[in-house]
Amino acid sequence: MKYMLMMNTMKAGEGVPAWPKKDLQAHVAFMMSFVKELQESGELVAAEGLAFPNQAKVVRAGKDGLPITDGVFPESKEFLAGYWIVDVDSPERAYALAARASAAPGIGGEPLNVPIEVRQVMSAPPPEML
Amino acid sequence: MSREAGTGSLEQQLRELVPGVLGAVIRRFHDFAAAEDAVQEALIAAVMKWPQEGIPENPRGWLIQVASRRMLDDLRSNIARRRREESAAQEAEKVAPAPEMDLLELYTMDPDDTLILLFMCCHSALTTSSAIALTLRAVGGLTTAEIARAFLVPEGTMAQRISRAKQSIKASGVPFRMPTEKEQGERLAAVLHVLYLIFNEGYTSSSGSRVHRVELSSEAIRLTRNVHGLLPENTEVAGLLALMLLTDARREARTNAEGELIPLTKQDRGLWNREEIREGIALLTRALAKGAVGMYQLQAAIAAVHDEAVRAEDTDWPQILALYELLRRMSDNPMVRLNHAVAVAMVHGAAQGLELLKTLDADTRIGGHYRLDAVRAHFLEMLGDRDGAITHYRRAAERTTSTPEQNYLIAQAARLSEVN
Repeated sequence: MKYMLMMNTMKAGEGVPAWPKKDLQAHVAFMMSFVKELQESGELVAAEGLAFPNQAKVVRAGKDGLPITDGVFPESKEFLAGYWIVDVDSPERAYALAARASAAPGIGGEPLNVPIEVRQVMSAPPPEML
Repeated sequence: MSREAGTGSLEQQLRELVPGVLGAVIRRFHDFAAAEDAVQEALIAAVMKWPQEGIPENPRGWLIQVASRRMLDDLRSNIARRRREESAAQEAEKVAPAPEMDLLELYTMDPDDTLILLFMCCHSALTTSSAIALTLRAVGGLTTAEIARAFLVPEGTMAQRISRAKQSIKASGVPFRMPTEKEQGERLAAVLHVLYLIFNEGYTSSSGSRVHRVELSSEAIRLTRNVHGLLPENTEVAGLLALMLLTDARREARTNAEGELIPLTKQDRGLWNREEIREGIALLTRALAKGAVGMYQLQAAIAAVHDEAVRAEDTDWPQILALYELLRRMSDNPMVRLNHAVAVAMVHGAAQGLELLKTLDADTRIGGHYRLDAVRAHFLEMLGDRDGAITHYRRAAERTTSTPEQNYLIAQAARLSEVN
């Protein structure tokens, strides 16, 4: 079963965090090794980090079907920072992986414990239905 | 799948040879993981060469030779590498003589190799998904790319999954030989479970939104047929094969041209595959006559009762109910109890069915499961409680993780809402 783990923690006004260099490096190294670990366990389907939200636009179609873009956004609005899609044997395994991602190191190597939204990816139905 | 083709195609013939070839190479080199890679390379070589050069007189011997040569090349390059690293004197002792080709071995085949390999690949040391992947590659002869496509994961991920599965087998020290008679029962149950999951994966596609991926279900049927050929007296193997055939028979009727799900009662039964039904029923009849009825035989028997009804209203529900009574006594599975409740509703009325659902609400394994809501909605509709049915169809739609099923459930709620 596949799950999407989403890190919804980026605030609209956020740019590059003002962390000490070694903490930033440790954070990046953690993220890279986390993906590598998922790849090696045969569970990784996809993983992407997204560009900073101060570049984000929200688009709607106008009456003529042409795009109407919206942005810049209030500092407090939260954006998706990145996601992992994993193929695992149980929901518990997906939660355990989310907890690992949540504990990514921040300033001074302290775990960030950021919330990770875990959503199951839709699939086809089991054999028989009424 | 690129190698997908009708029966009798080159790929199909090649894949029938895989267990026998792999068995021979493992016996010669005593390294399952490396032998498995070498056999895959031999298969690729055959696919490239045979169409031009013609099929060799002894295809199995050809594959064994090519795979063995590959193994020897690897051994030699490993030795050469180590030579560079260590002194030649130290190395001299370690260079084993190249194993000689035993011509007799090339022409004989141990039919048990398929079983031994299945026992290995479905070993309890592996996770279910690893066991499935390894079985499809080492016994089914599918390529990593094909397996990755079937499960909609990147090829690199699937390659890792297979390589880790092989490492687990190595670490657990499972020998390449037939398990003792005492072990066989339990190990066979694990094998049948993996084959059942491969079939279901193909029939229902747990990944992606397509309802069927025929390749995996036909592969599961092929492998189960081989096991049945090796263990013709085993009634659960026959039962599983019958269950697969009797379920697969309905495949064409299960969805419409738009990919929407059609429930059993609304299917065009003219589209059901009579040949599969005939074979499934024949298998089941022989198995049931031997006594010792198991879970797969009972499920196959239920599928057979459905398949035998010319119209949905001809379905022998009392017989289905009796079969679910037996299943319920054999297993405490809440899905069995839910299906039993459906049979009760069909025989004794929806009110009695609803009563049975109440006990399931308290069962943490199924309480809150979308299927409980879907069945309740159906019962409420049968009883004329339209609003209640709409509420539960919608709730089921919110809870399912399957797109086609969600579409179906939303359509049920919409159908009832639009009636004036």
